[in-house]
Amino acid sequence: MAGPADNNTKSGGIDVEYVARLARISLSENERILFQGQLESIVGYVNDIAGVDVGSVPPAALAPPARNVLRPDLPGPGLDREAVLKNAPANDGQAILVPKIVQ
Amino acid sequence: MKPMTELTGNNLQECLALLEAGRCSSVELVQQLTAAIRARDGKIAAFTALDVEYALAQARQADEARRSGKQGELLGVPLAIKDVINVAGQPCTCASKILAGYISPYDATAVARLREQGAVFLGRTNMDEFAMGSSTENSAYGPTRNPWNTDRVPGGSSGGSAAAVAADETIAALGSDTGGSVRQPASFCGCVGLKPSYGRISRYGLTAFASSLDQIGPLTKSVRDSALLLRVMAGRDRMDSTSADAPVPDYTAALGNDLHGMRIGLPKEYFISGMDADVEKCIQAAVKQCEKLGAAIVDVSLPMTPHAVAVYYIIACAEASANLARFDGVRYGLRTSGAADPFEMYCRTREEGFGPEVKRRIILGTYVLSSGYYDAYYIRAQKVRALIRRDFEVVFDGRCEALLAPVAPTAAYRLGERIDNPLQMYLGDIFTIPANLAGICALSVPCGFTPSGLPVGLQVLGPAFREDTVLRIGHAYEQASDWHRRRPHLESFS
Repeated sequence: MAGPADNNTKSGGIDVEYVARLARISLSENERILFQGQLESIVGYVNDIAGVDVGSVPPAALAPPARNVLRPDLPGPGLDREAVLKNAPANDGQAILVPKIVQ
Repeated sequence: MKPMTELTGNNLQECLALLEAGRCSSVELVQQLTAAIRARDGKIAAFTALDVEYALAQARQADEARRSGKQGELLGVPLAIKDVINVAGQPCTCASKILAGYISPYDATAVARLREQGAVFLGRTNMDEFAMGSSTENSAYGPTRNPWNTDRVPGGSSGGSAAAVAADETIAALGSDTGGSVRQPASFCGCVGLKPSYGRISRYGLTAFASSLDQIGPLTKSVRDSALLLRVMAGRDRMDSTSADAPVPDYTAALGNDLHGMRIGLPKEYFISGMDADVEKCIQAAVKQCEKLGAAIVDVSLPMTPHAVAVYYIIACAEASANLARFDGVRYGLRTSGAADPFEMYCRTREEGFGPEVKRRIILGTYVLSSGYYDAYYIRAQKVRALIRRDFEVVFDGRCEALLAPVAPTAAYRLGERIDNPLQMYLGDIFTIPANLAGICALSVPCGFTPSGLPVGLQVLGPAFREDTVLRIGHAYEQASDWHRRRPHLESFS
């Protein structure tokens, strides 16, 4: 499984620390070590599909043949604002509050 | 008051008959079930949330509606719902810390359709976090235990729903099945579990794990109950563009007692070495029984089966890594405190909020979608998926109308036995995953017990949108056996 640059590869497998950062997940040192071993064996296992003769078969993203489904673009009622805001970690009664993004 | 087992041990059809005859009320049903939950669930832990007042209010409404002559296919019947399917005003945590405190602002379409027919929602059932797992051990609430033997897992990820049905803590339940999560716990707990064809039931309001594989399915005490719940939930929904426009037949009307004229295939790849001998014995006896009922049994081959687990874990994890990106501490649930910038907030919220199995799968999914690996893993897996689907198309094109197979290679295993070896846990899904990859329907029906008293499930697989066929086979087999009538020793929990 060679890839260009291979910056997410470590010792022929997966670099868990790098990929976790791509996935926006911090890991403790213990978790990183545990996952490194577990994910190396899982990646080793899924490499099985490299040996399957797929010929010219097209990839199937969905089980049934995929097709576009269109409907009229009509306005309808949305979710209740209060019910939605109640679930947010921080809100001002009108909107969800988020940390400052632009410095 | 009548003894507790008098009502809680009934299946859905029996409850409806009692309600219709005025021999019990919905309120009585809810009272007896909540008493059973209080008595037993301390040891089983099938429920993550129980709102007795909410359930009783719905039950009173159903009783009132019945008195005033209103109709409803499920009027007054209590159901338990897996904690991944939204019920308005009730918690929906997906058994994850990251959604602690989340209250659904709306009903899933499947729930709304059950509600329209008068169903009463009893409570939320435990599961593997975000439906990722096969044992209900990956839950922020702690594990659920198998009512047949509390040292054993109930299966997963819909283990809470299966255990609640088996322990007579609900009349029926909903689960979700992405790679076997309805069928395998049904098999481990001795109840009936249906994974409908992809698109048969709307996924709107089912928290997404792997969108091309997920389906909601019922867990019940009989095949007829499963057919009724499917009929109510199935059909096109404008809120889910992948829901199918196919007509919804009357699944209960198609049920009969014999299998004359049916050709049923036995896929040789599902009878492999490594399968538990006691499980295989039960399956072979069930196959013989179907033959006695008039079916012609034919040997068939699904040669791509050995690649299904690898394909599944690539595709399911890839889709999960995208779907679970929405849990970032912004709009709902947990947000870590004291992060210096948004990037740190995302990373630490997800570190604190997700359990280990969810993290592993997101990382694996991110890896197979990352630059340099996308073609070798994700695209290639989709091609092998097309070949797995073709395997089924070939056998269902004239060779046979349905397939019989085990649900899992073993009966319920011990808690903790596989939790440290995720790959070993994944390999237990080998017989259930192909149906999800191919989008076909499959049913688990109780077909016996191991010598140590653990239930075994028979899997009936049928072509896409031929739920009528798998239900017919399951029902005919069920009528010729009494496995589904057996109950665990519930008195030992009180």
